[in-house]
Amino acid sequence: MYQYFYDLTGNTIIATLIVAVFPLVNVLLVALIGVYLERKVSAWIQDRIGPNRTGPLGLFQTVADFLKMLQKEDATSTEIDSKLYNIAPVLVFTGSFAAYAAIPFSSKLIGSEADVGIFYVLAISSLVVGGILMAGWASNNKYSMLGAMRSAAQIISYEIPTAIIVLSIVMFTGTLSLDKISDMQTASFWNWNIFGGAELGLTKFLMIPFMFIGFLIIFISTLAEVNRTPFDIPEAESELVAGYFTEYCGMKWAMFMLSEYGNMFAVSAIVSILFFGGYHSPIGYLGNSIGVEWLIPFEQAFWFLAKGWFFILVQMWLRWTLPRLRVDQLMSLCWKYLIPYAFVNLIIIGIISLL
Amino acid sequence: MALKTEHMVLNMGPQHPSTHGVLRLELEIEGELVNKVTPHLGYLHRCFEKHAEAMQYNQVVPYTDRLDYLASIGNNFGYALAVEKLMGIQVPERVEYIRVIMAELQRIASHLVAIGSNGADIGALTPFLYLFRDREHILSIIEETCGARMLYNYIWIGGLSHDIHPDFVRKTKEFVNYFKPTIVELDNLLSFNKIFIERTANIGILPVDTAINFGASGPTLRGSGIKFDLRRDDPYSIYDRFDFEIPVGKGLMGTVGDCWDRYNVRIREMEQSLRIIEQAVDNIPEGDVQSAIPKRIKPPKGTVYKRVENPRGELGYFIISDGTVNPFRVKVRAPSFVNLEVLGELCKGNLVADIIAILGSIDIVLGEVDR
Repeated sequence: MYQYFYDLTGNTIIATLIVAVFPLVNVLLVALIGVYLERKVSAWIQDRIGPNRTGPLGLFQTVADFLKMLQKEDATSTEIDSKLYNIAPVLVFTGSFAAYAAIPFSSKLIGSEADVGIFYVLAISSLVVGGILMAGWASNNKYSMLGAMRSAAQIISYEIPTAIIVLSIVMFTGTLSLDKISDMQTASFWNWNIFGGAELGLTKFLMIPFMFIGFLIIFISTLAEVNRTPFDIPEAESELVAGYFTEYCGMKWAMFMLSEYGNMFAVSAIVSILFFGGYHSPIGYLGNSIGVEWLIPFEQAFWFLAKGWFFILVQMWLRWTLPRLRVDQLMSLCWKYLIPYAFVNLIIIGIISLL
Repeated sequence: MALKTEHMVLNMGPQHPSTHGVLRLELEIEGELVNKVTPHLGYLHRCFEKHAEAMQYNQVVPYTDRLDYLASIGNNFGYALAVEKLMGIQVPERVEYIRVIMAELQRIASHLVAIGSNGADIGALTPFLYLFRDREHILSIIEETCGARMLYNYIWIGGLSHDIHPDFVRKTKEFVNYFKPTIVELDNLLSFNKIFIERTANIGILPVDTAINFGASGPTLRGSGIKFDLRRDDPYSIYDRFDFEIPVGKGLMGTVGDCWDRYNVRIREMEQSLRIIEQAVDNIPEGDVQSAIPKRIKPPKGTVYKRVENPRGELGYFIISDGTVNPFRVKVRAPSFVNLEVLGELCKGNLVADIIAILGSIDIVLGEVDR
């Protein structure tokens, strides 16, 4: 996409800005729709009505909230470490926003066609931990501190099973590029990695159960990485008030919320790219059948967003159904179950790939 | 050389999402591990007992509402029984039946909040709202009869403030039929949820002798496996006429007396309350609910102690009368206050997250703790 805009404008800076705006808009939209949906979905699950006052069906609720947030006084305690305190929300947001650079929304709509896409996403999203620790430490609040320590421990631990499963997909597909991984799963849902990839044969059928296990593990561990229930212990509101962002208000707090929803979509996107064909349609393209070439990227973007939102809805569904784990149970789940299973899964997938 | 370390003191409350009001817990923590818990009380102290001395006997009733504000009818009930015992008033059958049905409805409503907030503390917000939805049915039944939804001022000395609404019997039966399947739903959603069991089983174990030594009562005591319920062991009103069981903790998921047992006792108690309501609601005799209310409440000199089984445990009223229209002294034995004492014992060596689960399973109401 960058190349396209560079050819169009002939200016690197303008091209970069245009390319950067798209994921930003996407993050904002995800947060805007996500917060609204979270409320509506929770209301439907809990036998309530949910927001219905601001605009038709309460659609402008998040907009109203956002305006409220903008107007709020930036109240801070006098005892904070103000440098770290102010950097933290920016860093957290940067971490989740930067991950979008490598995520392919369609075959044409990619920020950067990096060959090490998935590696980059894993690396840059770790930046969030730093921001969270900073926020917890700088707030000079014991609840924030506890939340930040929990969060750091949790995110770092759960990166390991995530990375192992990503590794098994990388071994299977032979590439780190998210675009290429998506492209290998084209044509039909039967070619998705969760169904053993595009190549027919014995290998494909042997692969299916292990791909399912891999999907489950990565789904659970990404849930933990974005601090969603049942792994929302860093911000467990009944224990730690609001965890690491207890002391934040106004726009700084909104940055944390933005990054939370941004992360939710990012991990959903990663899961759908790795296992569910990324931007590829499960049933073929309308553009191909009626011979309109330019329609295809739009269809791809639609399928990509649909898959991403599907996983976000699953996350919400889980959040409003399950209680929360305790911090030690969370750790034992990761180190005693997910990591060994992920590792065995990696070895088995490796052996099957060799067949 | 070893590094010097010190424990962190964390003030949980009075403003905290899950201290169930304005309880303040001073936690001495080592990382996430809790070494010591000191509850600090008194943030909701309203001088109920002193205030009662300046009131006439019947004027105290609305104040008793505000003790355990989730089970106001139980509080009215205990106070009315105490004064009636002091004055030797015999109330009509109809009043007895209505009182029992109302008290049991209130018990269910109160347990619904207890169970729901215990779950919400552990992170299950959806069951909490389901239970509030169910509680709404009870509140509207009571509201139809006496006009209030929380502080009823319903059971008066010698009678009731209002006779039941003509729809009362029908709606109560409807509620019983509606509520039975919801208990099953609750069990499926929360009680036997793996995560919920992990969080509550084997946590905050209250051994039998500790429970007795601290004077715990209600579900907190029965969770430890002791079959002690004043409705059966010291029957008041007409509870001896009904057939019901007393559920106790059996350690189904872990050890006897853990958080899950206390939680489960409450659910099973709701089933028993439904049984009592079913038996009572068809047999309400005709009569006037206000016929036995004395014109002038002036008990003879003397003292009385009357205890009733409130949703949270043994609620006792000790009243000294000096023969005037004002009570000389009203002392309340508040079950929440006594049950809260065991918190320090239960919390040692647990994690911060467990404190919340344990506190929720003891189920205190600050209005009653501080009075």
